Amino acid sequence: MNDGLQEIWVYLSTTPLLGLTITLCAYVLGYRLYRKCRFNPLVNPVLIAVLLLVPLLLVSDTPYSRYFDGAQFVHFMLGPATVALAIPLYRYFHLVRRSAPAIGVALVCGSITAVLSAVGIAWLLGASRETLLSLAPKSVTTPVAMGIAEQIGGLPSLTAVLVILSGITGAVLGTGTLNLIRVRDWRARGIAMGVASHGIGTARAFNVNELAGAFSSLAMGLNALATAVLVPALIAILT
Amino acid sequence: MVFWIAVVLGCQLAGELTATLTGLPVPGPVLGMVLLFGYLVFRGELPQSLDSLAGALLRHLYLYFVPAAVGVTAHFALVRSQLVSIVIAVVVSSAIALAVAGLLVQALSRNTEQKDAV
Repeated sequence: MNDGLQEIWVYLSTTPLLGLTITLCAYVLGYRLYRKCRFNPLVNPVLIAVLLLVPLLLVSDTPYSRYFDGAQFVHFMLGPATVALAIPLYRYFHLVRRSAPAIGVALVCGSITAVLSAVGIAWLLGASRETLLSLAPKSVTTPVAMGIAEQIGGLPSLTAVLVILSGITGAVLGTGTLNLIRVRDWRARGIAMGVASHGIGTARAFNVNELAGAFSSLAMGLNALATAVLVPALIAILT
Repeated sequence: MVFWIAVVLGCQLAGELTATLTGLPVPGPVLGMVLLFGYLVFRGELPQSLDSLAGALLRHLYLYFVPAAVGVTAHFALVRSQLVSIVIAVVVSSAIALAVAGLLVQALSRNTEQKDAV
């Protein structure tokens, strides 16, 4: 690298501009591919962006903290976007109210199923105790999941990895799974996505249908509460 | 539009404060969503400019998860030692939870659907 280029790199790598720009570019590429494949759930834009960005950070020897100086502006948008979920929810409130009992039952049963099946399967496969406890809250949104993991003796940073993994898994497999078992009702599909895979599942639901997105947002919010109450109780019973 | 940006951020702030003060196990933005929803129900209509702001915010929800997902790869070593059992557990349990929740909502809300003949 010649001196001029070196100087530009030193300058750019210390400003938030670079991290922000590469995040947007990686996402745009991922999204274009996703759109080109007619929103096929297997072509997940988050996954594509990660696969583009991680090697880039490794090659340029950029620590995550420096990348995040720029990427934090995108990360910050998670908050206002979550608040804005109130709008589709308001639009479909009449439908929510009508199926409130069904939603309540599905939420509690779905929440318990997600916890028990994950912990049970990992236990059968011989995962460590710490992994099992970190796995229990994996279907809820990151801050809540990490809080639960800490409370029950899991490893919060491992839980953070598992939450993202579950979110992407649900977003990728949701459409196929729900088609397979013939769940065609958009309300039911939305609730399923929100219960199994929080915000990332909700993002996928919005790509497919706004009604499904509204119900997924609702399920995501309520599941945070349900899981926070249920997981410590279930763990107390199981151990 | 700027007014509604302030309202949305204000709801988030109020939500964060409520979550911290009450110790509720729900993230601040989710409480902010509840607040904004309550306001809309109270108001009884959806303002046009809030609707377009929400449309813009929600069009690319996936984007906002990219920085956190990149961060996760830094902790990937935590998963590596038990990768196979973790991946199987996450994949199978996600599919089961999707099925249970989806089938239940569909089965239980079928009655109301027929009553209204939608």
